[in-house]
Amino acid sequence: MNQFYTAADHFVLLPAIMLALFGCAILLFDVWFFPTPKSRKWLLLLVCAGVAFTGYSLWEQQAALAANGLTPLTAFQGSLTIDRLALYFNWVFELATLIVAIVSYNYLEIEGEHHGEYYALLLFAQCGMFFLAAGTDLVTLFVGLELMALCFYVMVGFLRGDKRSNEAAMKYLLLGAFSSGFLVYGFSIMYGLCGSTRLTDVAAAISARDPWDPVVFLATATTAVGLLFKISAAPFHMWAPDAYEGAPTTVTAYLSVASKAASFAFLLRIFLGPLASARASWEPLLVTVAILTMTVGNLAAISQTNIKRLLAYSSISHAGYMLLGLIAGNATGIQGIAVYILVYAFMNLGAFLVVVAMRRKNIIGDDLDDMAGLIYKNPGYAVLMLVFLVSLAGIPPTAGFLAKYYIFLALIETHHYVLAVIATLYVAVAIYYYFRVVKIMFVGEVTEQAPLATSLGLRVALGITGVLTLAIGIYPEPVLHLAQNSFLK
Amino acid sequence: MDQHLLSIVLFAPLAGFVVLLLIPGSQKTLIKVWANLVGFAGFLVSLPLVSRFDKGAAGFQFQESADWIPTIGAKYLIGIDGISLLLVMLTTLVGVLAILSSWNAVEYRVKEYYAMFLLLQTGMLGVFVSLDFFLFYVFWELVLVPMYFIIGVWGGPRKLYAAIKFFLYTLAGSVLMLLGILTLYFQYHQQFGKYTFEIANLMKLDMPLALQQWVFWAFFIGFAIKVPMFPFHTWLPDAHVEAPTAGSVILASVLLKMGTYGFIRFSLPLVPKASVNVTIVQVLAVLSIIGIIYGALVSLMQQDWKKLVAYSSVSHLGFCTLGIFAMNPNGLAGSVLQQINHGISTGMLFLIIGVIYERRHTREISEYGGLAHVMPKYAVVFAIAMLSSAGLPLLNGFVGEFTILQGAFEASHVWAAFSVMGVILGAAYLLWLYQRTMLGQVTNGRNLHLPDMSLRELAVFLPLIAWAIWIGVYPKPYFDLLEKPVQQIVERVRPDYYQGGVRAQAAKPSVVQAGAAQ
Repeated sequence: MNQFYTAADHFVLLPAIMLALFGCAILLFDVWFFPTPKSRKWLLLLVCAGVAFTGYSLWEQQAALAANGLTPLTAFQGSLTIDRLALYFNWVFELATLIVAIVSYNYLEIEGEHHGEYYALLLFAQCGMFFLAAGTDLVTLFVGLELMALCFYVMVGFLRGDKRSNEAAMKYLLLGAFSSGFLVYGFSIMYGLCGSTRLTDVAAAISARDPWDPVVFLATATTAVGLLFKISAAPFHMWAPDAYEGAPTTVTAYLSVASKAASFAFLLRIFLGPLASARASWEPLLVTVAILTMTVGNLAAISQTNIKRLLAYSSISHAGYMLLGLIAGNATGIQGIAVYILVYAFMNLGAFLVVVAMRRKNIIGDDLDDMAGLIYKNPGYAVLMLVFLVSLAGIPPTAGFLAKYYIFLALIETHHYVLAVIATLYVAVAIYYYFRVVKIMFVGEVTEQAPLATSLGLRVALGITGVLTLAIGIYPEPVLHLAQNSFLK
Repeated sequence: MDQHLLSIVLFAPLAGFVVLLLIPGSQKTLIKVWANLVGFAGFLVSLPLVSRFDKGAAGFQFQESADWIPTIGAKYLIGIDGISLLLVMLTTLVGVLAILSSWNAVEYRVKEYYAMFLLLQTGMLGVFVSLDFFLFYVFWELVLVPMYFIIGVWGGPRKLYAAIKFFLYTLAGSVLMLLGILTLYFQYHQQFGKYTFEIANLMKLDMPLALQQWVFWAFFIGFAIKVPMFPFHTWLPDAHVEAPTAGSVILASVLLKMGTYGFIRFSLPLVPKASVNVTIVQVLAVLSIIGIIYGALVSLMQQDWKKLVAYSSVSHLGFCTLGIFAMNPNGLAGSVLQQINHGISTGMLFLIIGVIYERRHTREISEYGGLAHVMPKYAVVFAIAMLSSAGLPLLNGFVGEFTILQGAFEASHVWAAFSVMGVILGAAYLLWLYQRTMLGQVTNGRNLHLPDMSLRELAVFLPLIAWAIWIGVYPKPYFDLLEKPVQQIVERVRPDYYQGGVRAQAAKPSVVQAGAAQ
């Protein structure tokens, strides 16, 4: 009991250790060998090895979990818990990190900012995400969040010579720090309620009180504000479009998928854990936020002329849909969030990967008009982008439909009919701006002839995301099975 | 072979689509030949459906069932009854004709054009054969993207506006319909403890009237936009006018029928109490009648040939929905038959416009006049198409409209009185159109040396003309085909209809006799 670092602790912590070790190895490699363009590919190899070793340790945990009848593995007196939810999210992070890493290689080359620390930051960020998904202690969760956020502050401003990138990083940093303040304030009240930082203790303390108890309400509201900032829900979304637009596109992709998934893991841990009993007080709040988020995201996306900003607003609206799953709160809703996160990871990564390919020497390529006539220049990419956009809009037979299907069903099951109607009508709004991009790609005239920046990594990554987006849509059984087993007890 | 016949019919175009993608885009002739072959093969494989269909049997035939997504209870379940058989045959026939008619009309991005048509074909067939609501919804939505491209890429000057309008309208309707579907799905789980999308299972649901009404309106929005019924019709003229000829043909002949088919297959049997609710029936009938008269009046005013035909669709589809909500065998059978008739006649009218548009690149009616002197074969074909659309006896339109009016009369004399006006107005705008374009002296010098129809163009029309005459002269097989499914639907919504009482009298002129009377 009093042993500080047991074998069980080590086993649970192993994925994080792997990520941290390989991150440090990359930094050392960078310092010792001063990578020349030729030796840089070793950096990529190190990242892949890091992801692979992490994956192996996650796999071991999965096996252990299956062997002991799905009893969660805990460590450090209950501050870390490996349960199916944690593993599910960690697999999503693994995938996102791997895909972002292999496409970054060529992209950073073009940007002229190829430095080893980028890859280290990727791994450190994933390490933070591990704690967000597995943490069951307020402090652990907060440290995980800050670790992830710090890496992102640096990565968003990675293009040192680019004014937009610097501005984005500064905005993100300021607003991120501000929101963390709210979060910590909420956490401190929770701690004050029970004198412990374990989520289970906090849950017990809160369920002993009335949901409308002012202290509970204050804790709920401030924590919610902090969390909603992280998932970029309106009205706390202001940082997202600027950060998404300014950041290097690969980082935008990572930010929009992995960081959002991690924040949702965090959100679920808090709202389904300590705050579950205070549902009466936060449900109206979340309903308002969800409607506002879908409204802002969808309506603001209509008038965007920058593809990254457009996708930023679209990702805001997706956060709104995922929140609906939490509002419904039944098994279908939670399963819906799981499916949504996974599907969203594929389709959103895919869409950003196409934007990555638009960046060429001397062409920034993030304007909508840069995609004009893509079908003539590179039909494969245009068709893939079509698949991603149709899926983002939620039209069958693509994976995105399935994600929305669960959310709608959950709303109907819990009799949130008005919310369901609002949510479905925004699908039609979303189609409008997604198909603005389609229109430009398929009907527009080619404005510049420079071929797209493709690399083996990019093609592989696009292939994976594209095939999965379609395949999950046409035969979703395996994924649904997985999501069901990951979330439902 | 026999147990998979329907799947073969359904996926033949999709297989052709996949092969088409492998042909390099520069091989234009090869692409055209291949697409035509696939279209023709699609029609040929659907023929055995007719010969092996058992008219006497109730229920669905050629059923196939397989698990698809067991987690949510969605199945790959397809099958057809008399109603879907007719619509499937219409789809495969019009599909190949639309592809054939595009031979010279499409010059650029040929590969994508034919690819979209083949994809569209599978989507439309899927809608008519699905017996699982989830599967149905997937096919229903699958149709949207190819149609968006057909209008948006190969259309007229305002193609992009028309394409997105079509897309947004239909999508907004169908997502609301999805909520209705999910409500049924959830209710079934509540009552029977099992998740299923199977229509046959969902029909066992026992729901209170209020809930049924909500579901009905959710379905209504989805289907009424597709049909389109009166206040939702504004996307149609835009889409029709801007779409390329073959796109208009498919849109009018098949796509619109997805809405009316939806009413018959889903709204009526799944929410029967709401469907016979007096308020709902009245609202639907009034909207249909407004559609009939309004569509006809607007047609009278049109300067644009294609727009005229587009608005005439609103009018004709009004008859179809009126027939459905007359809720009696005549109305329903007439409605289905009229859907086929509209597919044939309006399909021909759009093809007619396509023929002249390829020669003159204008659709202004005032640009034409006296074409009968220059293009006699064209004038004859147009005359047949026009008369069949106007409902001349011995041609198909008459049989359909007559049976619908019979059903409407049985339901309410007022409905019948108003809708007859639509028939009269219909004859007026069509005959006037014919007079302005075909008859008299050639008024415009540019029309003097137009070539008459080629053999390929004639070949497109011949099957449709033959079908129009067949239905017009001898409609009995069609009514035989429709008798069983229609009877099932009427029994479902009005269980007392066939049993004694005053209704028995009304039921006396059975569908068969009414048809044979022609």
